[in-house]
Amino acid sequence: MADPSQRGARTRTDPAYIRLPLIAVTVGTLGLLIVVPLASVFVQAFSAGIPAYFRALFGNAETRHSIFLTLAVAPVAVALNTVFGMVAAYVIARFRFAGRTLLMTLIDLPFSVSPIVAGLVFVLIFGQQAALGGWLQAHGYQVIFAPPALVLATAFVTFPFVARELIPVLEANGPEEELAARSLGASGWQMFTHITLPNVKWGLLYGVILCNARAMGEFGAIYVVSGRIAGKTDTMPLRVEKLFQEYDNPAAMAVASLLTMVALVTLFLKVLVERQMRAQKARSAEVPAAE
Amino acid sequence: MLRNSLIAFGLAYLFAAAAWVVSSGVVRDDHELLNVACDPTRELWAEMNAAFVEDFARASGQRWAVRQSHGGSGSQARGVIDGMPADVVTLALWSDTDAIRKAGLMAEGWQDRLPNRSLPFTSTIVFVVRRGNPKGVRDWPDLVKDGVTVIAPSPKTSGNGKWAFLAAWGAVLQTGGTEDDAFAFMKALYQRVPVLDTSARNATMTFAAKKLGDVHLTWENEAFLEVKESAGALEIVYPPRSVLAEPHVAWVDRVVQRKGTEAVAKAYLDFLYTDAGQEIIARHRYRPTNPAVLAAAKFEPMDLFPATVAGPTWDAIQHRYFREGGVFDRILTR
Repeated sequence: MADPSQRGARTRTDPAYIRLPLIAVTVGTLGLLIVVPLASVFVQAFSAGIPAYFRALFGNAETRHSIFLTLAVAPVAVALNTVFGMVAAYVIARFRFAGRTLLMTLIDLPFSVSPIVAGLVFVLIFGQQAALGGWLQAHGYQVIFAPPALVLATAFVTFPFVARELIPVLEANGPEEELAARSLGASGWQMFTHITLPNVKWGLLYGVILCNARAMGEFGAIYVVSGRIAGKTDTMPLRVEKLFQEYDNPAAMAVASLLTMVALVTLFLKVLVERQMRAQKARSAEVPAAE
Repeated sequence: MLRNSLIAFGLAYLFAAAAWVVSSGVVRDDHELLNVACDPTRELWAEMNAAFVEDFARASGQRWAVRQSHGGSGSQARGVIDGMPADVVTLALWSDTDAIRKAGLMAEGWQDRLPNRSLPFTSTIVFVVRRGNPKGVRDWPDLVKDGVTVIAPSPKTSGNGKWAFLAAWGAVLQTGGTEDDAFAFMKALYQRVPVLDTSARNATMTFAAKKLGDVHLTWENEAFLEVKESAGALEIVYPPRSVLAEPHVAWVDRVVQRKGTEAVAKAYLDFLYTDAGQEIIARHRYRPTNPAVLAAAKFEPMDLFPATVAGPTWDAIQHRYFREGGVFDRILTR
């Protein structure tokens, strides 16, 4: 890879008639496609005044429930993905076995599969017409059109985030320190908590943050599996759509503004964690030189 | 210290959330009905449910809640078949409700369990145009004039879409046209539909909020609400004739038996036929079936023809027009 400072120097030598239009196009597009819509969310949310904003968010039982539901469903889905993502990343980074490439491809599948398909697969497994779904329903347990399906669909859609983030970090670190720990008598668990986890913690956190942002904002797959029952299975994104369609623009935008704030906080945390990751990388690069 | 208590709090939160999610799947009696409805009836059921809950609490001393789910009529039927725990379905078409019976969730002859063939109200398809009706749309043939674009949802998923289709088709037959004329008219008509939304309310948003199209073919009640919300930007046009839309209501036997809600579900549907229920229906511009309430609500006189002008039974209509490769699909292919 080229030295970043050098690349910057090269750009500065480009003539102004190339630089300025390109900068203008980038800034213009960013402004038009991102800043203006985001700002308009907040403008519209507060268009009826600040008290009305809080009334819209907390005065309506169905909106309150949607906030609660998102705060319950997203963390559970993220936790599932953190555990599975760690295991999958470890397996892929540390072991060589037949089907390893296939496994890597499978992990990425949720990124490329359409959300409606992601939703429908759960309907086909847990729907009343399916063997498993019918059996569960006959025994008084509802998966589909109930919060358990929301967690499953969200976990499916956000599955790649943690694993994808961890695989390169694990591969970059290499197994040497872990092997050393084992040879000095550490148990597998000790090795994991004292060596592996500290080495990847920022990468893991990074994956978790992205995963959570996506989980809270998930719409497509949830739309299919939730049945959109107001006050029961509507998460915040579904609630935004419903309020908008019921001509309640300020309330729709009030909920949308919460989701936007989640995005902004995510961005902020992302920058912090990225900084830590770079620092950690620099530290680990120094270690061999110091020895 | 701080770090440990943060971790402990996070873990406790996670376990609580996970426990709640898992337990939320357990079916239990929480004094709740679910009304799975077609798309444009949101405001109607919101008011009706509140009225019923009060009425039922007065009569029985029990406080129930009625939940709503809305979407394209066909997709909603599919959802109930796949296990959405609907005590009551209020869908746009007979064939959507009957699909639930065919799946074995509802008794034979469901249509005759409630008064007036299980129709507490009827409706029809009208036009919504922009202020001043700039394209001069008054009747069905005007829809295919030069430069007119039309917004209507897809007949595949939406009850509104099917009724709009049948209204346009029937209007040609009712004014002396042949089936070939009707086919040619529909081909011209759907060429003017830039986007086929999946449900009635989505189409309304396309027309009213995204401001696409010159004419919106929609339910009379939806048109009323859409025009009211537009604050003068839209107006209704009543074509001289249109289809008599019949959105049936029914309880879902399998679900109410499983949940033990049969009596309340029936009470809910009976409430629709009471004077109080009929007046709420009229206020939302559905045509109530109680003649006195209907007369008092002063609806625009229109020549309403039944869906049977397009075929002898709903199964025949569904098969002929809306199956894969049916008339509608042939209309869309050029």
